[in-house]
Amino acid sequence: MSRVRVLVGTRKGAFVLSADGKREKWDVSGPHFAGWEIYHMKGSPADPNRIYASQTSGWFGQIIQTSDDGGKTWHQPGSAPGEQPAPGTAVGESNKFVYDSSDATGKPLTTHQWYDGTQHPWEFKRVWHLEPSLTEADTVYAGIEDAALFRSTDGGKTWKELPGLRGNDTGPRWQPGAGGMCLHTIILDPKNPQRMYIAISAAGAFRTDDGGKSWKPINRGLRSQYIPDPNAEVGHCVHHVAMHGSRPNTLFMQKHWDVMRSDDAGDNWREVSGNLPTDFGFVIDVHAHQPETVYVVPIKSDGEHFPPDGKLRVYRSRTGGNEWEPLTKGLPQSDCYVNVLRDAMAVDSLDSCGIYFGTTGGQVYASADSGDNWSPIVRDLPGVLSVEVQTLP
Amino acid sequence: MIRVELPQHLRTLARVNGEVQIEVQGAVTVRSVLDALESSYPVLRGTIRDHDTQKRRAFLRFFACQEDWSHESPDAPLPQDIASGKEPFLIVGAIAGG
Repeated sequence: MSRVRVLVGTRKGAFVLSADGKREKWDVSGPHFAGWEIYHMKGSPADPNRIYASQTSGWFGQIIQTSDDGGKTWHQPGSAPGEQPAPGTAVGESNKFVYDSSDATGKPLTTHQWYDGTQHPWEFKRVWHLEPSLTEADTVYAGIEDAALFRSTDGGKTWKELPGLRGNDTGPRWQPGAGGMCLHTIILDPKNPQRMYIAISAAGAFRTDDGGKSWKPINRGLRSQYIPDPNAEVGHCVHHVAMHGSRPNTLFMQKHWDVMRSDDAGDNWREVSGNLPTDFGFVIDVHAHQPETVYVVPIKSDGEHFPPDGKLRVYRSRTGGNEWEPLTKGLPQSDCYVNVLRDAMAVDSLDSCGIYFGTTGGQVYASADSGDNWSPIVRDLPGVLSVEVQTLP
Repeated sequence: MIRVELPQHLRTLARVNGEVQIEVQGAVTVRSVLDALESSYPVLRGTIRDHDTQKRRAFLRFFACQEDWSHESPDAPLPQDIASGKEPFLIVGAIAGG
């Protein structure tokens, strides 16, 4: 019988939640890296036992961890589980993210726009998102703050920036959102290895069609009330983007405000917020088997980061947007004031599609029937930063 | 041998208990102690000082013989009691945040 493994990053450590295909009884492992913020964990599609984790701390900076046994044991790339790395080994490079400002890349880029409109140096702060390659277990992409895209081809031992992203002409106009200037979304096109999408707060969405050498902003149709220019090329606070693998040209976006859809690989967007009670939110995801079935968790506003009326409701559209239905069975419908952060929703690919999300209150909810019924896997973890799920044979 | 006391999270990261002891060649300074520490424990690179700039991370401080060395030149000689191993060199995490 198939199994699922849910990877949960929290403000105080990582947790691995495992169950068989029924998804009724859960084994909870953790905390791993207790006391550290785990911004994101994700397994390699090419080798599901290989998991990458971003471990960060305001005190000690960035650490990259990997597991080769499905999250039972962990080590920094270049070292072996349970062993102190030998002096001088490359393990000391696995957390080294140095922006490419070389002449060879053509456009050394050293500053972006700061809150006050002045130019500010790019400074590495943390890894927000790790996206393993679809085909190579040792290749993984990292989305970082201040926004840039890095790639490792040696299992995370060393990292190199893909400078074409920051080097596109809009770079100096990117600016941080309230959470920092983070590259938080990386989507690999399963049908076209040269195509990749990324999103940055607050710059917008970008696409490459040449394997990451060059990038273009794909924000036409986004309307952001805080930007005077209605056709602004960048500056949009994109919270998350989702894609169904069978239709890589169709993208769904939860923007700061507005739920958006594109059917031409991001070249043009249209709003599909429809009858949502509020179109502010962070997460968005697509059903594993129904590419027109989309999930969001509406949040009251950018000033009040909790569900409207104290009711935690996932909204599902079976029509690719515009028409949304609330999913409430098993979710708290009174006095609930948690948030669901941008990387904290995932879907499994079992026949009856499972949906998972984590809250800032430490609950991880699961539905084994496409969202009709929900129950908590765990209730009292530290605040959840990210949720990913692996479907295992 | 130079004795170095790490904050708990860095001890966990380096898989050590209690103090660590390291050999330092030449003058015993903050820089030479950290160089030797990172050479012996590569996992600590970037966690105490920035990879690129080599500047001390903002929420860590250095103490030697009950004195704050955080703002001293990294090339200033540390006290003899540190160099002789009588006293440990302390790397301390700020008591801040949650």
